[in-house]
Amino acid sequence: MSRGVRSGLFLVSAAGLTALLLWAVADLPDFGHYRGPYGKVLNSVAVGERHTTNVVAAVVFDYRGVDTMGEEFILFASVMGVALLLRNPHRERRQVPVRIQSDAVRLAGIGFAAGLLVLGLYVVAHGYLTPGGGFQGGVVLASAFVLVYLAGDYHAYRSMSPTPAIDVLGATGAGGYTVVGIVSLLLGSAFLHNFGPLGTTGKLASGGSIPFLNVASALEVSAAFVLLFSEFLDELVVRPKARSE
Amino acid sequence: MIPLQAAIIGLVAAGALAVVLTRDLVRLTMASSLYALLLVVLFLVFQAPDVALSELVVGAVGFPLVIVVAVVLERGK
Repeated sequence: MSRGVRSGLFLVSAAGLTALLLWAVADLPDFGHYRGPYGKVLNSVAVGERHTTNVVAAVVFDYRGVDTMGEEFILFASVMGVALLLRNPHRERRQVPVRIQSDAVRLAGIGFAAGLLVLGLYVVAHGYLTPGGGFQGGVVLASAFVLVYLAGDYHAYRSMSPTPAIDVLGATGAGGYTVVGIVSLLLGSAFLHNFGPLGTTGKLASGGSIPFLNVASALEVSAAFVLLFSEFLDELVVRPKARSE
Repeated sequence: MIPLQAAIIGLVAAGALAVVLTRDLVRLTMASSLYALLLVVLFLVFQAPDVALSELVVGAVGFPLVIVVAVVLERGK
């Protein structure tokens, strides 16, 4: 197929796709005029039923808690896959030269890392009150670790994130989520059905079992991302042992 | 659609095009990181702060970091 024919084919199909896309966009409901029933129902009942002011968290950790568990385990399994592929016990440590950086970068990085850690903990803790939650806070926490690597070096990062501890934390998070579900079963309701006192709307002590699921997912997500970064950064400093010929 | 929403959709479209057209891998990483930041603004404009927070870290920090490490490893061979 010559270049001209190919370009012609592309232009015709691209024009068709553009037309279809524009047609679809033109028919979308206006912003704020969502047509499905579930959003409206949840918005009107969630705060009263669960005493959480962030309806997203109530949906994620309660109304569709089982879906979230599936998502947790997708992340868990994929990071485990990365670790299985990249973690090699038969490696020797290569000496990494200490990188010389400007003091300004170092100072700013360390300052931001501390702030990011606090922000991450805040986003996790207030996940069911304000926008955020276990996943969002968890990834913010993991990014604070990355900043330590960028501002300091690999060793500073690694001493903050010893692999055995991170492994245990991630497994505790993933397992803890399931345990909360099993407690629901033991209490005689459906798996992951909300239990516990609902507390006062707008206070940290609210939402029944939502805070537990929130913390479990925060543990799992932050550990998973730190582990993911660790495995990749290990690749930079740890070389496979040279095969003896 | 209000002008702010139209503007950010246009910017995201331009960013996506830039990512697709970038050939150099290191530049591609920076482009995709900036593209993720544009997506964060898009999610904020459309009032989805929860999604914006996730995208901010996963798209703008996590994904570029993994790609950069892979590029460094490949070039070190």
